[in-house]
Amino acid sequence: MTDAKLVDRYSITNRFPSASQKADVVVIGAGPSGVAAAIAAAKGGASVLLVDENPVSASLMGLDTPLYFGGRMTRAVDNKARMIERVFASDPQLEAAFEAGVEVALGVYAWGAFQNGPGIAAMPEAAVGLADEERSWMVAYKQLILATGSRDLSLSFQGWDQPGVMGANGLHALIKRYDAFAGTQVLILGSGDLALNTALMVVEAGLKVVALVEVRDQVQGDAALAAKVRDHGIEILTGHVIVSASGGADGVERATVVPVAGGDSRTFPCDTICQAIGLVPAIELFNVLGGKLSVRTDLGGHVPQRTGLVSTGLANVLVTGDCAGLSNVDAAAHGEAAAALALAALAGQPLADEAPAAATSLDAHAYHADWMTALMKVGDDSIVVCQCEEVTRGDLTAVRQPRYLGPPSEVAAKRDIKTLAADGPLNQDQFKRLTRACMGQCQARRCREQVALILAQSSNVPVAKVPLAGYRAPVRPLPMSVLAAHDEPYDMTSNWDVWFGIASQWVPYNDIGTEREAMHLEMLTDSQHI
Amino acid sequence: MSTQKGATVIVVGGGVSGLSAAWWLARSGVDVLVLDKGIVGWEASGRNGGGASHFQSPLFAEEQRLWPMMDEMLGYSTEYQRGKLVLATTEGQLKHYRYMAETFSENGSPAHEIDLQEIRERVPMSGDNILGGVHLTIAGQANPQRTVQAYAWALQDLGGRIQQHTPVLRLVHEGGKVIGVETKDGILGCDSVVVAAGPQSAILLAGVGIDLPIASARAEMIVTEPAPMMAIGAVDGNGLYGRQTKRGNLAYGGGPHEWLDVGPMGPSVRPGSPLVRNLTKRLLGLFSKAGNLRVIRSWAGVIENTPDGRPVIDRIDNVTLITMSSVGFGLSPASGHAVRDLVMDGKCSFADLELLKLNRFDGLSPNWRAEKGWLSHAEPV
Repeated sequence: MTDAKLVDRYSITNRFPSASQKADVVVIGAGPSGVAAAIAAAKGGASVLLVDENPVSASLMGLDTPLYFGGRMTRAVDNKARMIERVFASDPQLEAAFEAGVEVALGVYAWGAFQNGPGIAAMPEAAVGLADEERSWMVAYKQLILATGSRDLSLSFQGWDQPGVMGANGLHALIKRYDAFAGTQVLILGSGDLALNTALMVVEAGLKVVALVEVRDQVQGDAALAAKVRDHGIEILTGHVIVSASGGADGVERATVVPVAGGDSRTFPCDTICQAIGLVPAIELFNVLGGKLSVRTDLGGHVPQRTGLVSTGLANVLVTGDCAGLSNVDAAAHGEAAAALALAALAGQPLADEAPAAATSLDAHAYHADWMTALMKVGDDSIVVCQCEEVTRGDLTAVRQPRYLGPPSEVAAKRDIKTLAADGPLNQDQFKRLTRACMGQCQARRCREQVALILAQSSNVPVAKVPLAGYRAPVRPLPMSVLAAHDEPYDMTSNWDVWFGIASQWVPYNDIGTEREAMHLEMLTDSQHI
Repeated sequence: MSTQKGATVIVVGGGVSGLSAAWWLARSGVDVLVLDKGIVGWEASGRNGGGASHFQSPLFAEEQRLWPMMDEMLGYSTEYQRGKLVLATTEGQLKHYRYMAETFSENGSPAHEIDLQEIRERVPMSGDNILGGVHLTIAGQANPQRTVQAYAWALQDLGGRIQQHTPVLRLVHEGGKVIGVETKDGILGCDSVVVAAGPQSAILLAGVGIDLPIASARAEMIVTEPAPMMAIGAVDGNGLYGRQTKRGNLAYGGGPHEWLDVGPMGPSVRPGSPLVRNLTKRLLGLFSKAGNLRVIRSWAGVIENTPDGRPVIDRIDNVTLITMSSVGFGLSPASGHAVRDLVMDGKCSFADLELLKLNRFDGLSPNWRAEKGWLSHAEPV
């Protein structure tokens, strides 16, 4: 117990109020794994809050958040009531969750998660930060199950920064969940199961798949799936890469592809280019919590370091589904395993976790790198990598200062990725600081992975060696009016100081030790707080 | 362990204070080597508000003299901009900001109160909740991350060396003076050493019998997406410090800190907290017409403070030590100059630093952190 007399009133100790809402188990993400976890936990007697951000507001979708929607939404996404209906209709398990007594919060963003650990003892209890379109609030949990899924890998080529270029998860959400896809003719990049399934989904929706483009010489996915795709008369162009997309005011109208080895280009009319090259485990909240990550190219890249099937080194935090790592495990069973562990922990009888499932044989990084290499071969340095901050490939390798600072000085122009690498292993955060790549309002969803790939290739290191550009709260870009603590307790308000509240720190040097010092100290004591 | 040639002066710590000191030494032709545990400017030097307006410091005049010249002197952009407005939303704040303006003026930096119409014109995002404000005309802000890299590159351009990812394990003491520093690669020899290692300075100095009383803490900031540009970007107040960057983002901090225990390798993690909501509340109070502006990021930095919150800039034999007690970025052009003077001449040529000597803490209670309530309640980092 802390002696109250000995606590700095300007410090954060004891300042946060208890959360306004509480649940035994909070599940973030209502995909197959998260819903299964929520239902199983509720059936086991726990109070369960299941949070899902769908339907996402139209303005966030415009920022390609949380998925890469590429501006190909219909106006239907503006109608929140319709969107909520669609989300329910698209997943019958949500109904089952309600029936099992789960509190389901749709259209609610999880923007942070916090619990005490190294460097922080300020939390009165472990809690997630949530927000809807109006306000933010905290929910305390005893067990947190992260089922945040995956997001789209996006790579740059000439013309990718226009409406119509999107990701496989974004396309899936627009077609299956929202019924609000504005495109009709889709060119698909990739030929793994993700790309093949995407093609079949598009066909099933009555839309046209123009072709699949695969950078490697062989189709990457399941042979039977590929055969199904071909049965629809869809061509899979292996050994090809996209060179450019061009179009008009409404975005993409055609795409040009070439053989990687060189040769004649082909141009396809299309209004959508779907990047189905890969997915990225959505580890934002786990990273914000301070959980340890490992690089597992067989699981999609940076993933939570697990101590079992669903458990992590973080107390009371379980991961399930794609956010734990991309694999072929049964999503619902994975969620149920997380629920079983959570229930056992709540009962004070922790269960031993099973061993992690065997991973796929896919080397995600090698595949992503093959794509990036080919894209860099056929595209030049003027191609924008970071759309928010308008940073090009050339800006990255030149470590060029942003354009708003004007042209670099003579000495600054001599600095580049090689001179920076000569001073030590490259860190993606250095490039953020110096070029602003990944600093924008999409929170680097569109460029985090490709910046790492470009750094790796330009400096001849494996991409796994490039440290992750970390995630920080809020992991969704939220308006100030929403995120603000309108419910701040008086205790926080009355003890707030602009800095440390050390009055003597601000006494003008020439007045130290003079009769004026007392006047300053009086003004400076308790007067900076608001 | 063999002693290899290191440099005439070794600077321990590639934060903004150490880099500036090394750059000033290199400008004087001194053979200087900076050692950093990781990447330059990776801790508080690259994670702060970027303010460059410190009336309380004996280095204030030099700070204000140098900043407008820094881009040219370094050869790289620091994004320095002059001028600062401080706005109040309560009578208590207004009273305090008036006092601040008076104190600035008394210390050679003209400052005056501004009326509501001027505030509305200069800060279009502000609303009717603003009660008044002050304009500090000789004050400013820069981009911390660009500035630390500018120091590092400018130092290299002058022939100075930087070795990143090279933590100093101890100062090697022999015959009453420091003869080198130990790293994983062995001992690097030097004629004198500058210790500018932030929270880790105390641990290193303790090894040679110098007791530097500091306590470390974590502080947090938030950043929004770019907002319409204001003519004077350094607009703060309402309990916050911060600035609008040249890109347009609003970057602001303030409020409670968390005292920490930091190990010899520096902070391993820098967690955030729900304080982002409270910071956002105050930023919205400052710019109440910008409610739709999105908060896109937050960060935390770990900084050290002395018991009185004032810097220690001192030389003891051939060890020059500098801690700026949580206010180091803006003063760095001047503090580096002062350290250069101490290393080369034993005395600062442009300011009286007598009251910043370490011996003011002689007789300090060994339990000073506990007595101030500055102990960490968290697991060490």
